[in-house]
Amino acid sequence: MSDQHEYHKSPLKTLTQEEFDVRGRRSFLTGLLALGLGGAGTVWLAGNPAEGDRIAAPLRGVHDFNSAVWQAFYSPDRLSPTFDPSEARPIRVNGRHGVREEIDLDAWTLDVVGPDGQTIGNHVMADLTALTFEEMTIEHKCVEGWSEIVTWGGTAFANFAALYPEAAEAKFVNMETPDGQYYVSLDRESMLHPQTLLSWELNGAPLTQLHGAPVRLAMPHKYGIKQIKRISRIEFSNERGPDYWTERGYDWYAGL
Amino acid sequence: MMNDDTQVAVEVHPRAIRWMHWFNFPIISIMIWSGLRIYWSFDFTRVPGEFGDNNLIPNVVYEQLDLDRKLAKGLSFHLSVGWLLVINGLAYLAYLAYSREWKHIVPRLSDLKNIPATILHDMGLRKEAPAHGQYNVMQQLAYTTVLIMAAVIVATGFAIFKPTQLSWLTNLFGGYERARAIHFLMTAGLLAFFGIHIVQVMRSGFSNFWAMVTGYKLTDAADIELSTDQDTDAKDEELANV
Repeated sequence: MSDQHEYHKSPLKTLTQEEFDVRGRRSFLTGLLALGLGGAGTVWLAGNPAEGDRIAAPLRGVHDFNSAVWQAFYSPDRLSPTFDPSEARPIRVNGRHGVREEIDLDAWTLDVVGPDGQTIGNHVMADLTALTFEEMTIEHKCVEGWSEIVTWGGTAFANFAALYPEAAEAKFVNMETPDGQYYVSLDRESMLHPQTLLSWELNGAPLTQLHGAPVRLAMPHKYGIKQIKRISRIEFSNERGPDYWTERGYDWYAGL
Repeated sequence: MMNDDTQVAVEVHPRAIRWMHWFNFPIISIMIWSGLRIYWSFDFTRVPGEFGDNNLIPNVVYEQLDLDRKLAKGLSFHLSVGWLLVINGLAYLAYLAYSREWKHIVPRLSDLKNIPATILHDMGLRKEAPAHGQYNVMQQLAYTTVLIMAAVIVATGFAIFKPTQLSWLTNLFGGYERARAIHFLMTAGLLAFFGIHIVQVMRSGFSNFWAMVTGYKLTDAADIELSTDQDTDAKDEELANV
């Protein structure tokens, strides 16, 4: 100890043996109390989901706080990295909600609903393929943690939204599959991001039904859970619509 | 003057350091627990096998510790408590800088020559420990390394969390998948440190452990007088010139 370097400017703080013992007991009890309170809090948080949710209200609160923080820094100019098309790989089918049953693709149509709840449009596939086609090779990311480089082909959602300039001013876009088994809601800004596509091609081939034919959402700045397959209804709304995985405890924003 | 038997409790760890040190315990425990719940859903060491999947972490471990099929709950804890880790870490770094406590922790280049002798002493092969301050050079290296690892864990965490908005950071770690692997491997490194840390604290005796709880350590009164007499800044310069 005689070699001890001492960097404190102030003189050494010392206690007598007696004071040291009192302090020890006090520290021990403080630690025990902190551990007990922290432990009880954690157990409560882990085991008491809010009504209609799978996670506790404070945890949902932090998800929403995080979303607000990152949305504040959001810019449509900030793009997900793109890759050379030759790097694209086949991708697994992960979620089958809403696409389990085969449908007749020729009979499929897309309903468009405005903020007042009125149907304002109905489209067949040719209406979409008439819009400007583009491809993007990006890293698709699943909330589970895996990722795959894929090429999506389709049209920017912004091109489609331009068909409904008034309705597209609404704050949210709510979408669902024909059977109503899968549904997502997204904020307007994310939908109008230049890398948000209504997609009908995957790696240069038409989408398979399990990957979302005839048309699905593709957006590398959100996890796959937001990229709904086989869309049959698009609602422009000022109300945030239901969201399949948010109801199951996941973050609604899910932004990357 | 006092006789040689007199013992006085001397402050060795300031209050701020102790609180921040112990906050790490619940925070990092929750981060590793919730992190494994996330990791379960895509364990990058997973290899499908004839009798089910094989991972670095056996499935039975995930199942027994209730880590399987809890992704949503894992994410919500990880992305909430993560902020506490960030706040605690930044507060700690700010305090190290403000109090100049970092000088106890970051080894000086001139101390590195003591590495072999310190290891030999630790292994019981050398009687004399090389002269050192509050921590010997191996402790300093361990504590500095663990701070760097923690910083890399937080940085890769953000790189995985926001690979589009922070794509520059994700690219810095070689992309999304690599950032995720580094995040995991650094955590394994952190756990290795905890193992060594606990063993070393046990070896060094209860009074050292208790000093991190109470802040004070019983010391012979004679030794204190010696250490306060020293003109340490001059000594530092002397050492730096060796």
